[in-house]
This record gives sequence, structure tokens and C-alpha cells, in this order.
Amino acid sequence: MNYLRLFGVYFRLSVMNELAYRVNFYIQLFQSVVELATALTGLAVIFSYTSTLAGWTANEMLALVGVYFITGGMIGLVIRPSLEQFIASVRDGTFDFTLVKPEDAQFLMSFQIVNIWKLIDIVMGFAVLTTALIRLGSKVGAGQAVGFGIMLLTGTIIIYCFWLVLATLSFWFVRVENILVIFQSMYEAGRWPISLYPGWLRFALTFVVPIAFATTVPAQALTGHLTLETLIGALTAAAVLSVVSRFVWRIGLRRYSGASA
Amino acid sequence: MRDFAVLYLQQFKTTFASMLQYRASLFIWMISAVLEPLIYLIVWSTVSVSRGGSVGDYTAGQFAAYFIVFMLVNQVTYTWIMYEYEYRIREGLLSPALLRPVHPIHADIAENISSKLVTMPVMILIAGGLALIFKPTASFQVWTIFAFIPALVLAFLIRFLIEWTLAQSAFWTTRVSAFNQVYFVLVLFLSGQIAPLSLFPRAIQVLANILPFRWMIGFPVELILGRLTPIQALTGIAAQVFWLFVSLGLVRVVWRAGIRIYSAVGA
Repeated sequence: MNYLRLFGVYFRLSVMNELAYRVNFYIQLFQSVVELATALTGLAVIFSYTSTLAGWTANEMLALVGVYFITGGMIGLVIRPSLEQFIASVRDGTFDFTLVKPEDAQFLMSFQIVNIWKLIDIVMGFAVLTTALIRLGSKVGAGQAVGFGIMLLTGTIIIYCFWLVLATLSFWFVRVENILVIFQSMYEAGRWPISLYPGWLRFALTFVVPIAFATTVPAQALTGHLTLETLIGALTAAAVLSVVSRFVWRIGLRRYSGASA
Repeated sequence: MRDFAVLYLQQFKTTFASMLQYRASLFIWMISAVLEPLIYLIVWSTVSVSRGGSVGDYTAGQFAAYFIVFMLVNQVTYTWIMYEYEYRIREGLLSPALLRPVHPIHADIAENISSKLVTMPVMILIAGGLALIFKPTASFQVWTIFAFIPALVLAFLIRFLIEWTLAQSAFWTTRVSAFNQVYFVLVLFLSGQIAPLSLFPRAIQVLANILPFRWMIGFPVELILGRLTPIQALTGIAAQVFWLFVSLGLVRVVWRAGIRIYSAVGA
């Protein structure tokens, strides 16, 4: 409860900060529209030559693009800006200030920055997703909607834990901001269904860099292609990664000695 | 001329040393350089297999050859100057470069080339690995290999000069990201990055011939894969020379205008 309140404070602070730079809204809107148009044009080029890609129809791919934008928006909203700030603060020693606060440092640093304009991506993602579902003509039952919600949440938790482990590496290595660049570029792979990739890459995108859980799996939940094994696998992965990332965080924290002191 | 040779040699030495220092981050950058062509390779070879063997004038094996060579050519020609400049100007880091008696573009070119000397061997290994996995088919001819070399050098120069010019937009605005994004979208579609240009509608192909993007990456790739006639190759190199002069002119004009309004933000 206390955490929710704290998150509310961070959110309000970010809103106040960002409202001073209102032109950022238009820039982000422009960038998101360009990104969406690019994704859709790319799909149009590919689907002008084929009717299914790795078993996914054009409309199912559209749903996947929607999920890609929603999850990507959530990463960009809180996870990415906060963890980038965290890495910078370990480098210049201002992480000290987070540590002296009387709340859990992992929580504080994970939610310290909210890039509110990324809400545009999330809204746009839901719009694309809705369009896709209407065009698919499928009735989304309550079960599917709940399944989708859970898988979206699971996927986001998995991605958060993964980023947290990467960011925690900054306790050992100073220049890790580039590792986040890796993830960001690998996240691009999530725009396509995981079944498209050859086995070794599918393995890597599921177990090494768990992007499959963030986009393909929620989209499958919505289009009714989700198997029970995948569902259980995703829930297990989220649980295991939560524990592991917390563990790595605590070990890393012990190494931190403060750069400015 | 001799002075320039000495200058470049020294720049190579210093940047090479710093590149080796930060080799981890160099290889991290390479992942995205590999992943993107790899994804399109997989997408298009999947499409061609589902259509019974080919899309347009490309078979699955030819797609593999196209995207693997594209990855290498892109590695040779790409720059990161557009990200770098915004940071440089915002932090006032340009000021020391201005004190030097030579145009700062030389240091940037030397830095770019030396970082690629570090990454290129790894990139070639990766290309070899991908070739083993995806079994590309291509027929090389002797003349295309000879024509490829000037085409590649010109492609590098055009791309470097154009992106260097665009990087100067940071003099006028500190919000260059939207600007850069539009540029990257144009590159994505019109350089042949998302698909070989011959798969696009006629109108897009004409546009790609008029604009510089194809000449920065797609053209050398098509050339070495033997997809162009000698006449097309010559016309292409002529187009590259044309864009080389245009971009040299742009660099001069934009740099002079930009430096006039630079006031070292942050200094």
C-alpha cells in the first residue's frame, strides 16, 4: 500500500516535470505515430506476398503489433527510464541518496522516473489491438480477456526482472548502459511471432532473453492459441525470475561502495 | 597531403586504443547490427518457402545472400554520429574540437574507421556462421567484385557525409530524436533494409533511385550479388558520385551556419 502511494508520488512528480515541457507530448506523439506507421507498412509489404507468416494471419500479426506497443510502452514508461537513471547514479555515486531513504532501494530505484508520454504508445497499442480483434471477428470471451491480462502482466514482470538483473550488473561493471541497448534492439525481435524463428533463436528469445513472453504469449492468449504448457511456463518463469533478480540485486548491493565517497 | 596522412595516422592510433578499451560496448552495438538483417532474412525466407520457393526474383537462398551481404555493407557504412553530436553539443564537448587547426570531421572519420577495424573481423565471422545456417546462394563475377570496391567506398562517404550533416541539426534544436527517427524510417524502406528494393512497387523504386538512401547501402549489395547489368552499375556509381558532391556541399554550408550559432551549451 505504501509502495502504491510512493509510486503515486513519483508519478505526480513526473507529470509536473513533464507538463513544463508540453512540446514533448507532440514530439512523442509524432514519434509513436511514425513508429506505428512503419510497423504497419512493413507488414503491408510482407503480406502483399503472402497470406500467413509462420502460421499467423495478417490480422493476428496486427494484434501482435498492438501487444508489442503495449509492452514496449510499459517498458518505456517506467522500467527503462528508471533503470537508466539507476545505472547513471551508480556511476556518479548519487545512488547513495537512494540508499539512505527508509524504503526498499530496489523499489525506489525501479520506479523513480515515469516517462508519461509513453502512455501514448500504450493507448495506441490498445487501439491497434482492438482494431485487430474487430477485423478477426472473434468474440473475446471473459476467459480470454482475463488470460490476456494475466499474460501481459506476467510478460511485463519477466521483462522487468530481466532488466533489473542487467542493470544490477552496474555494481560490477561501470559501463553497462550499452547492455540495455542490446535488450532494446533484441526487443525488436518481439514484433514477430516467436514461431517464425529457427529453433536456436526461438530458444534464445524464450530462455536467454525472454522476449517471447512479453509479446507472442499475450497475443496468443487473445487469439486463442495459448497452450496450457505455455501458460504454466510463463507463470513459472515470472516467479523464478522475480526470486533470482532479487537475489542478484542483494548480492550486487553488497558490492556498492559509493563512487563519490 | 602528407600532413593529412600524419593526422589520420595519429587519430587512428588514439581512437584505436580507446576502441580497444571499450570493445565490450562495440560488440554490444554489433548485436543490433546483426539482429535486424537476421530478422528480415528469416521473415523473407519464410515467405518464399511458403510460396513454394521464391518471392519476386529472390529465392530463399538468395534472400540469405542478400541480407548477409547487406549486414556487412551496413557495417562498413553505418555511423553513430547523429547520436553523438547531440550529446557533444548539449554537453559543450565540441569546444575543444573547435580549437584544433583542422576540420573536426576528420577526427570523426578516423574514429569511425578505426572502430570498424576492430569490429569487422567479428562481423565477418558472424556472417560466415549465418552463411552456414542459412545456406545463401549467389553467383559472383569478377567484374562485380572490382566494381563493388569503389561502390562501397562511395557508399561509406555519402552516408558518412549525409549523416554528419544531419547531426549538425543539433546546433539548432536539442530535440533531434524525432528528426533522426524520420531519417531512419526512410533508410529502412528506401535503402533496401527491410526488403530488396525490387520487391517494392514501381513508384517506390523510382523514389529510391532519386533519393540517396539506396546508394548508401542497397546498391553495393545488389552489385556484388550480380543483380545489376554493367550499365546499371555504371549509372549507379555515377549517382553515387553525384551524391558525394551534393553531400560535400551540404557539409560545408551546414557546418558554417551551425558553428556561427553554437554557443557551447553547458560550458
